[in-house]
Amino acid sequence: MLQVNALNVFYGESHTIRDVSLTVGAHEAVAVMGRNGMGKTTLFKAIIGMLPVRSGEIVLDGVALHNQPSYRRVAAGLAFVPQGRMVFPLLTVKENILTGTENNPQREVPAYIYDYFPVLGEMEKRKGGNLSGGQQQMLAIARALVAEPKVLVLDEPTEGIQPSIIKELARTLVALRRDRGISILVSEQVLSFALEVADRFLVIDRGRIVDEKRRDDAGIEDIREFLKV
Amino acid sequence: MGIDIIIMQAFSGLSLFTILLLMALGLAIVFGLMGVINMAHGELMALGAYVTYLVALFFERNLPSLMGIYIFFAIFCAFAATFVFGYVLERSFIRFFYNRPLDTLLATWGLSLVLQQFYRSTFGAQEVSVPLASWLSGAWEPVAGIQLPLNRMFIIGLTMVVGLCVYLMLFKSRWGLRVRAVTQNRPMSAAVGINTDRVDALTFAVGSGLAGIAGSVFTMLGSTNPGTGQLYIVDSFIVVVFGGVSSLLGTALSAFAIAESQTAIEYFATGTVAKVTILLFVIVMLYFRPQGLFAPKVRGA
Repeated sequence: MLQVNALNVFYGESHTIRDVSLTVGAHEAVAVMGRNGMGKTTLFKAIIGMLPVRSGEIVLDGVALHNQPSYRRVAAGLAFVPQGRMVFPLLTVKENILTGTENNPQREVPAYIYDYFPVLGEMEKRKGGNLSGGQQQMLAIARALVAEPKVLVLDEPTEGIQPSIIKELARTLVALRRDRGISILVSEQVLSFALEVADRFLVIDRGRIVDEKRRDDAGIEDIREFLKV
Repeated sequence: MGIDIIIMQAFSGLSLFTILLLMALGLAIVFGLMGVINMAHGELMALGAYVTYLVALFFERNLPSLMGIYIFFAIFCAFAATFVFGYVLERSFIRFFYNRPLDTLLATWGLSLVLQQFYRSTFGAQEVSVPLASWLSGAWEPVAGIQLPLNRMFIIGLTMVVGLCVYLMLFKSRWGLRVRAVTQNRPMSAAVGINTDRVDALTFAVGSGLAGIAGSVFTMLGSTNPGTGQLYIVDSFIVVVFGGVSSLLGTALSAFAIAESQTAIEYFATGTVAKVTILLFVIVMLYFRPQGLFAPKVRGA
């Protein structure tokens, strides 16, 4: 479904992503694991089109996306939940969600969104900037979901979120994948969260993918070594 | 000084307010969205004024019986012409200067010179003026001694309608949602699927169209010459800076405050003293509130 082939990305002068290749299959959930500064965010920003690609390919269901602006990638079936949430602070919760419906403009938020995130329904008229971190994270996911993506791309969704909400987040992502059949590509430092959400784990170290494991592999806990600061 | 003078002066300030508001709204929306300081905004206003003049000529020669209502066609044509011109301008010129504020400043200033010369070559250096429909001449006298010119009442009403339309478009329409999202976070807006290129082009066109309406309104107050836009561009910038970018209410109140103080100080001193006083006041205000008077507040994203 989503294929990234030999991707090279520069962040300013520094060669941040080096020959990264990965695939996310239909209904699959893949986690990219790594410490801060190893290139997770750069990789994800390049995939959604917020950073330019120096070389390599990003292909979704046979459509080459690496030279397309972000909005075309969203139209093609990617949706992005960025690190730090980046909700629109001055738009209401409802307006924030509606910004995600560009390819099928709607006046109302689809009902299933509030089934997954009841708290967003209660806060429909609040400004995005006045929500707590956890609520903003749900809002960012809701905004991405209404684009009806094939692949949901989440960059460090647990960052700065309290543990009880992290558990809820994991349950929601599992349910979304099961109910709506979407694939997930997530970057994480928290292995326990990733283990709940993903089937396959790629380890990123200094811009390269250095290891790959499945959930049932014997050495899965070895990934922790790469996450130590 | 009698109450009648105060009322008539305040009323005259209101008509300056309408032009400043129409000009500043376009500038503020465009600057808020794209970070483009459009030095040619005044010439877009002049374009609206010249289009109004051309429409008036056309009606005078071909449809003299409809001269009473030509102004409505003229306003529409002024908006349409500047809208289309703005759209083409953004796609063919402005968009190459994004993220280069100083270059934009210089490029649009150059454009304003080109446009002024174009007006001079086409319409001549002398002023042109349009006839006022008979129902817009004269004044309404609610009580003896207080005369409120009908043309000014008309443009105040018109500006209220336009202002309401802008409000509805920004806060109730899909286009407005896009504009507000892109204004707050451009890369993220594209990453949720908003076609930012189209939003830019359309918004620049709407901003230009508002300047066109301002130009049309201007013809009801004075005569147009190639430098007409220069008269209002500086004041419009002051309005935007004073009100705070991305606050519609701020822009409106700021246009009101500046227009009324300009008219009031002018009455007691001279136009120059009024300008200097207002500039000094704005400088001092910006020292304490660099974000303008009405910057929106939230906890943060």
